[in-house]
Amino acid sequence: MKEFSYRRATDVEGAVALLDADPGARFLGGGTNLVDLMKAGVESPERLVDIRELPLDGIEVTGDGGLRIGATVTNSDLAAHPEVRRRYAALSQAVLAGASGQLRNMATVGGNLLQRTRCGYFTDISSPCNKREPGSGCPAVEGEHRNAAILGASGHCVAVHPSDMGVALAAFDAVVSYRTQEGEGELALADFYLPVGDTPHRETALPPGALITAVTLPPAPVRSRYRKVRERASYAFAIGSVAAALDVRDGVVQDVRLAYGAVASRPWRARAAEAALLGAPAAAASFAAAADAELAAAVPLADNAYKVTLLRNLTIAVLTELQQEGTAR
Amino acid sequence: MTTTLPTTTAFGTSRTRVEGREKVTGAARYTGDIPLTGLAHGSLVLSTIARGRIRAIDDAAVRAMPGVLAALHHLNAPRVDGDYASLMGMAPDPTVRAFQDDRVPHWGWPVALVVAETPEQARAGADALVVEYAAEAHDTAFSAERADAYGVDGVVPATLAKGDEDAGLAASAVVVDASYTTPEEHHNPMEPHAATAYWQDGRLEVLDSNQGASWVAEDLAKAFGLAPGLVRVRSEHVGGGFGSKGVRVHQIAAVMAATELRRPVRVAMTRRQMFSLAGYRSPTAQRVRLGADPDGRLRVLSHGSVSQTSSVYEFVEPAAAAGRVLYDADAHRTSARVVRLDVPTPTSMRAPGMAPGSFALESALDELAERCGTDPVALRLRNEPAAGPLSGLPFAGRNLLACFEEGARRFGWADRDPRPRVRREGRWLLGTGTAAATFHAFAVPSTAAVTAWADGTFTVRIAAADIGTGSRTALQIVAADALRVAPEQVDVRIGDSAFGPAWLAGGSAGTSSWAWAITPAAEELRERLALGADIPADGLTVRSDSTAALAGQEPAERHSYGAQFAEVAVDPGTGEVRVRRMLGMFAAGRIVNPLTARNQLVGGMVWGVSMALHEEAVRDRASGALVGADLAGYHVASHADVAHIEADWVDDPMPGDPIGIKGVGEIGVVGAAAAIANAVWHATGVRHRQLPIRPDRVIAGESPDA
Amino acid sequence: MITSDPTASQTAGAIILHVNGEKHALTVDHRTTLLDALRERLDLTGTKKGCDHGQCGACTLLVDGRRSLSCLQLAVAAEGREITTIEGVAGQGADEGELHPVQQAFLEFDGFQCGYCTPGQICSAIAVIEEHAAGWPSAATGDVHPGAPPEPLTPEEIRERMSGNLCRCGAYTSIVRAVAHAAEAGAVRDARDEEAAA
Repeated sequence: MKEFSYRRATDVEGAVALLDADPGARFLGGGTNLVDLMKAGVESPERLVDIRELPLDGIEVTGDGGLRIGATVTNSDLAAHPEVRRRYAALSQAVLAGASGQLRNMATVGGNLLQRTRCGYFTDISSPCNKREPGSGCPAVEGEHRNAAILGASGHCVAVHPSDMGVALAAFDAVVSYRTQEGEGELALADFYLPVGDTPHRETALPPGALITAVTLPPAPVRSRYRKVRERASYAFAIGSVAAALDVRDGVVQDVRLAYGAVASRPWRARAAEAALLGAPAAAASFAAAADAELAAAVPLADNAYKVTLLRNLTIAVLTELQQEGTAR
Repeated sequence: MTTTLPTTTAFGTSRTRVEGREKVTGAARYTGDIPLTGLAHGSLVLSTIARGRIRAIDDAAVRAMPGVLAALHHLNAPRVDGDYASLMGMAPDPTVRAFQDDRVPHWGWPVALVVAETPEQARAGADALVVEYAAEAHDTAFSAERADAYGVDGVVPATLAKGDEDAGLAASAVVVDASYTTPEEHHNPMEPHAATAYWQDGRLEVLDSNQGASWVAEDLAKAFGLAPGLVRVRSEHVGGGFGSKGVRVHQIAAVMAATELRRPVRVAMTRRQMFSLAGYRSPTAQRVRLGADPDGRLRVLSHGSVSQTSSVYEFVEPAAAAGRVLYDADAHRTSARVVRLDVPTPTSMRAPGMAPGSFALESALDELAERCGTDPVALRLRNEPAAGPLSGLPFAGRNLLACFEEGARRFGWADRDPRPRVRREGRWLLGTGTAAATFHAFAVPSTAAVTAWADGTFTVRIAAADIGTGSRTALQIVAADALRVAPEQVDVRIGDSAFGPAWLAGGSAGTSSWAWAITPAAEELRERLALGADIPADGLTVRSDSTAALAGQEPAERHSYGAQFAEVAVDPGTGEVRVRRMLGMFAAGRIVNPLTARNQLVGGMVWGVSMALHEEAVRDRASGALVGADLAGYHVASHADVAHIEADWVDDPMPGDPIGIKGVGEIGVVGAAAAIANAVWHATGVRHRQLPIRPDRVIAGESPDA
Repeated sequence: MITSDPTASQTAGAIILHVNGEKHALTVDHRTTLLDALRERLDLTGTKKGCDHGQCGACTLLVDGRRSLSCLQLAVAAEGREITTIEGVAGQGADEGELHPVQQAFLEFDGFQCGYCTPGQICSAIAVIEEHAAGWPSAATGDVHPGAPPEPLTPEEIRERMSGNLCRCGAYTSIVRAVAHAAEAGAVRDARDEEAAA
């Protein structure tokens, strides 16, 4: 780790001013990803601005019945919050499916959105990686890529976004609020992550020096669920996950939200599947057809075609569970 | 004598660990926990190429960094002799020769050590060191088809065979011919390897995390050309080893730096560095051919294995050896071959040979049971040999049948529907499976000293190691029984090479070897006290050496046995596999301390779960490096992966052993992965012959044409 | 050496760490993690370094009463927080040699082998019992809805909640028994009583 200076910010304006849009400076939240990457040599900031004491740790119900979640709310507080559990169960479940109790106590909402891929080539600085070192190449395409992307990737990078929380936030149409020295701004989560293309090192549309201040969720169907598959039963990153919310009336899908995790460089909103489902009978055949509509765009590599089957099966299973849950109530 | 005679023996009663209080309060000091005045910190630099030479090392900038005290590498490091004979006459691990020349034989080879005042400064210096390489083409492609695989007679012969295999197969009504693979697996003890070296009064003192203090001390003396008495190694608490904690580059580097700087230096491996410096279990490619009569009686048992080794060492994973113990057949052939590659050097890892080998052999037995329509337990009972299948020697205590019979009864095996894919519970398919286990039982010459004190207490000194096995507690019980006193009266000191030569914590032979040394010393001391011997102020000490006693043992097939049972749930849609319950019944000698022995046997079975479902190190062929060499990329079983696991044992006193014990450290791993794989077949109808049984493999098994 | 004058460097700072009820003034290199500060500077070596990357749980301790990983926390960022390590979990008022009920249960149920992950397991378990009592759901909780009836701290719940603490010896079944026993024996109530008394 290289030496760095450290300052604590106590208000949002001050934090943004301290960072001063300096490319050699980083905001320090829970540190669960940043400190890890600094030890690995992937990140070498010259300055850290600690934002853990900013007054951004609240969760409030908005006027339209949605939620506004402060950027420094910890994963644990988010998952345990009664309004999150009541209105956005999939978000609570997604957070609880991620990391460990210790990490969830440290990690923050803003940091979660900004966490970097866990691709083994990215985290090993002796390896080429276009995301870490633009132009150096992507060894994963021909190498180890069992957990690489099947959607929206490019020959320049096939890494997946590791977040569980983000998958639920994508399904719930989250909007990210931020602050820069110029003032406040907003980005829909759908626009938050940039396409991979030939610039995998450019990950988000946040302006330079921006501090994420909050994530806002509009109202959503009350029945929602998150399912995650991984290579051990807990404390592992996803190899495939689904966040879904479903509203069915008279056997017909009225509203549906569907997002996939561990399939792309960002939490993947399954718009094609949603379009196929709206107005369709809430039945296994529709769920399968919807998954197929989404996954038709999948471009698997030599060793990760299983993800297409996995996501198809997960989609059907989760939507079926939601539908049965609705029938039972 | 004021000691009180206990009314009952402590042997066989559950006792909490002697050092338990220290461990639950954080007071137990492991190597890296011991503070020393003037301590400096060393950080290793590893190669980033898989084969070639170091062209240049520019350390000037690093030496100028804050706090940096030294940068050692092949241009300036002290010389070591890496050609000496180590344990059992074998060559030491090749990383002992670190910093001796410019050759890089594999990715992650140690090329330099940066020493600094603080750990942060040392790490920053190591990160900043510029090493230029002249890379050469490398070959890390392990496969079963390697034409350059060859046999090596090591600790065990490469090939043992009798009978005519081809004729036997032709005459067999049922033939199984199947290939199996197991991946590269890493020990990953929770405590990374660490050593602190310093010179005191002309003697080299080394605090180290190892499995055998006297072994490491002898090796360091040889490597640095020092008189044996000049090196002392201590390792009071050791955070796991599993075969990885022998003589490795961290001790060598610490000694070099302490010698150069004349101050204490600690060198600890990082978790990532352990993936190339601490040894690992080689991947294996195995082929098993079984020929049998319609009732499952074996005519042919043929088991061949290929493993990998490095270009600078010949280590063979003896994966085909289980058949030499478990089953007889007219035609019997077991062989192990090895391929030299540009990879780090593998080593023994918990249940070497037997863990991967039993996966193949015991899966094949299950396939044979399926083909014959015979119950898998009945098949094992039908093939029980009367004597060593190849040696012809008598078995010294063979209770495999008792394990199967008692295990089957407790597991509820009789109620099992043999048809695959018939039990469902929601999204889960359920299945059960079984497998046999065996591991050798032996003892190695060791020395011990037992001292009586005037206050009625005793001290046992032996260079044993407690790497989590509970040996400190077990030896207290063994000594107390031999002395016929209460365990509380006996203080057991271990982990110090000054106590004399002793076998290490390995081969499931630690407690047995140490007990062979302690027991006669304690008995002689008790007799001398009974005859009225005076206890001087510095105590009355009896020393022992078990060399002669062990040389007098009659040749025999000495092994532990076990029967493993597993129940799994498989979601065929997502590929998730969960082990719902396991039962292991073992015949592993008399059990000294049921509390800790059960914990260790269950721990071995947890390793079986981990091996069956999770563990796999993935090597990138283009770079020769591992991908994801950390505990997030290399999965070991977590709490959530381990449901109901139970271990128990049948009465099994070891004939010829002074106190009737064998060992429990490794047998729990053996057969566990096969039992789980067999249960996955029973749940899904799909055979998984490659470990680990990952979700993608289960999904692929559901649509074999895809 | 680390400079003794904090003003001399932008990359080091003078801080006060609150550990186990005591204040420690020290100057730290900003790179120093809380884990290394405790181990190398304060001689509190009960907190262990297993991976140094948040992947094993051996460095678990309590920060402001919540379990955290000390390897991913910078010491300078821990200033002002109340840190409790394994050396302090028995409580400041505890008699010499008195164990926290979770420590006692680990000892009696043999909830460890090599002992290296043990301080982290124990700190984690103490928090798990409190988190469950506070009504926090887990990934093993069937229904996260706040109106759902509270689920008992079953072995399955313990296993999921403890999964951030790896034990390579494989002592998991003994650990779960120890945690379940401590939870039933009222480790939480004791801890709360302590809090109330403080």
